[in-house]
Amino acid sequence: MSFIKKLKPDFWDYHDIAADPHKRLFNFRRMWELTVFLTAGVALIPLITLAVVDYHVTQRAVASENLLRTARLVSNIRRSVSYFFEERRAVLKFLAHHYTFAALNKRGTLERLLNDLNESFGGFTDLGLIDSYGYQKGYAGPFDLLGVDYSLQDWYREVCKKGIYISDVFLGFRHAPHMVIAVKRSLPNGSFYVLRATIDTMKFQGILSGLEMAGKGDAFIINRQGILQTPSIYHGRALQKLSLPVPEYAPKTRVFETKGANEVPIIIGYRYIDNTPFILMVIKQKQGLMKAWRETRIELLIFLCISILVISGVVIWVATYLVNKIFIADQKRIATLHQVEYSNKMASIGRLAAGVAHEVNNPLAIINEKAGLIKDLFVFKKEYAGDEKLLGLVDAILASVKRAGTITKRLLSFSRHSEVRIQHIDLKELLQEVLGFFEKEAEYRSIDISIDVAPDTPLIESDRSKLQEIFLNLANNACFAMENGGHLNIRVAPEGLKKVKITVSDEGCGIAKQDLGRVFEPFFSTKTKQGGTGLGLSLTANFVRELGGEITVESELGKGTTFTVILPVAIERKEGNNT
Amino acid sequence: MRVLLIDDEKELVSTLAERLSFRGIDADWTTSGKEALEKLATTSYDIAVLDIKMPRIGGIELKRMISRQYPHMKFIFMTGHGSEEDFKIGSEEAGAEYYLVKPVDIEELTQKLKQIMSQQGGLQ
Repeated sequence: MSFIKKLKPDFWDYHDIAADPHKRLFNFRRMWELTVFLTAGVALIPLITLAVVDYHVTQRAVASENLLRTARLVSNIRRSVSYFFEERRAVLKFLAHHYTFAALNKRGTLERLLNDLNESFGGFTDLGLIDSYGYQKGYAGPFDLLGVDYSLQDWYREVCKKGIYISDVFLGFRHAPHMVIAVKRSLPNGSFYVLRATIDTMKFQGILSGLEMAGKGDAFIINRQGILQTPSIYHGRALQKLSLPVPEYAPKTRVFETKGANEVPIIIGYRYIDNTPFILMVIKQKQGLMKAWRETRIELLIFLCISILVISGVVIWVATYLVNKIFIADQKRIATLHQVEYSNKMASIGRLAAGVAHEVNNPLAIINEKAGLIKDLFVFKKEYAGDEKLLGLVDAILASVKRAGTITKRLLSFSRHSEVRIQHIDLKELLQEVLGFFEKEAEYRSIDISIDVAPDTPLIESDRSKLQEIFLNLANNACFAMENGGHLNIRVAPEGLKKVKITVSDEGCGIAKQDLGRVFEPFFSTKTKQGGTGLGLSLTANFVRELGGEITVESELGKGTTFTVILPVAIERKEGNNT
Repeated sequence: MRVLLIDDEKELVSTLAERLSFRGIDADWTTSGKEALEKLATTSYDIAVLDIKMPRIGGIELKRMISRQYPHMKFIFMTGHGSEEDFKIGSEEAGAEYYLVKPVDIEELTQKLKQIMSQQGGLQ
């Protein structure tokens, strides 16, 4: 809590005790809030909007780029796979057309051709020659299949019908995945024969497994029933059923997004390979593909957060700094207004006092003369002379008149100077004059006043009325502090050759330590409830400074307070200062 | 040797004149500048004691008018206003012999008048 209190600027909870609608122009807290929210809004909203828009745009761009890349990959693999089948089909077709049935059926030809094919292309397991009745007439390969009747088999019927047949992959006798390619050659006499080759699929598995794909990519081939024709990395072994549905037929490469096992988003690219029962599939995990993009995003997000923090910090600091400056300027303005008001009030009081004093002076003078005349009569006329009692009464009247005269003189002297006038001043006389105002009050409140002036105290050059106000204020404060009586001591002594030190000590309630530094601040008051404005000491300090002096305070709660005023003996003369 | 007291406050000036007479000083009084000039035209006076602040013709102006016509006359100013210091400067500038602040101390006034008289007597 105390940390927050320290952070809180002065203007936050500020309420002017002397606030009036003409003097208070600003609501600082509102000004601060407005500045902060407006500036931060203008700076941050575009930044955040930009970040959000950028996030979505790049995400969409990367996603569509992924789809495109997958499509390209599928096309490329399809080309290789198609080429593989096309090549083998073409070579079989060439052999069937190049050799006659008789030439192929010649002993050793098929074996030689199988050898050549394996040397040139590789992957051929066996070669068979089947006549138009479906009998295998010639065979080169590891099994004894000569004379087998294929006439009722599906593949044989299909090759007879279409001229070419490519089988699904099967395990075969050696428990290795195989497939069959068969081509038919029709002869001019209406008969035909079929050349059939079994191909080891390891060869074209190599095409797919050699691919390196990002994002847990997997490329494999299925048949139209969804049976895996080549092993996949993540979707099962060869000849297993694929867990995903078989995509619908499309003449071209197609890419789409869907959910895989465990609801993981995946991208599927596929292509039906022409003239074969195969479908090429490429499956990638979307998350893996977006990883690089996401990492960049996180970096940008961190940068954005830091930017927001820095901007907010700078905005708050600048707003606090500026509003504080305005606040201080406003405080000074109000202090000046109060000071002007105070000076005017003092001048008015002065004029009033002078008027009263003057008006009272005339009747006083008459009383004085009349009483004087009575006394004269007692003294000079024999018939009245010697009446001691009457004489005593007249003397009492005269003494009272004299006393009243002193008061009016003091009032006149006090109110007279409004402009700064430098003259030689006897501090003792001045202090006695000032404290004269407190004599009665001090008596009622049993405050004992004493003035000690060191005999070697010089006359000082200063402004009488300012000095009067300074000591009047200090004495007033002291009397206020001593509610239950006490001792007010004013001590004057020279301080070096050029200065005079005046201490005003009371035995009053004292000032709390935390308030001690603020007593000379305008509007600082502990007497607001008793009608204090908090300006007395601030004005006093101002006057002391105007006279080239300095004022300090020492205090202890419950023991008393001592104000020390140090004044120069001679005032420094500035240009244009007529004394 | 005659003294003329001029002050707009009749009660004050008449009493002062009476008190001076107890002290052996022959004093007349008037309450305005106009009256004073009239009185001076018929009677000869040596010293004028006048208030600085009076309605219509002020003390300092009246002093100048009298000095012009009767250059031998001496003046003492009185005032109930302002500080002694201001008053002293003003009186000296106007050419007064002495100044007094109200309420006037009768003994001081008597002594001053006698002092001026003896100086004049000495000169004569």
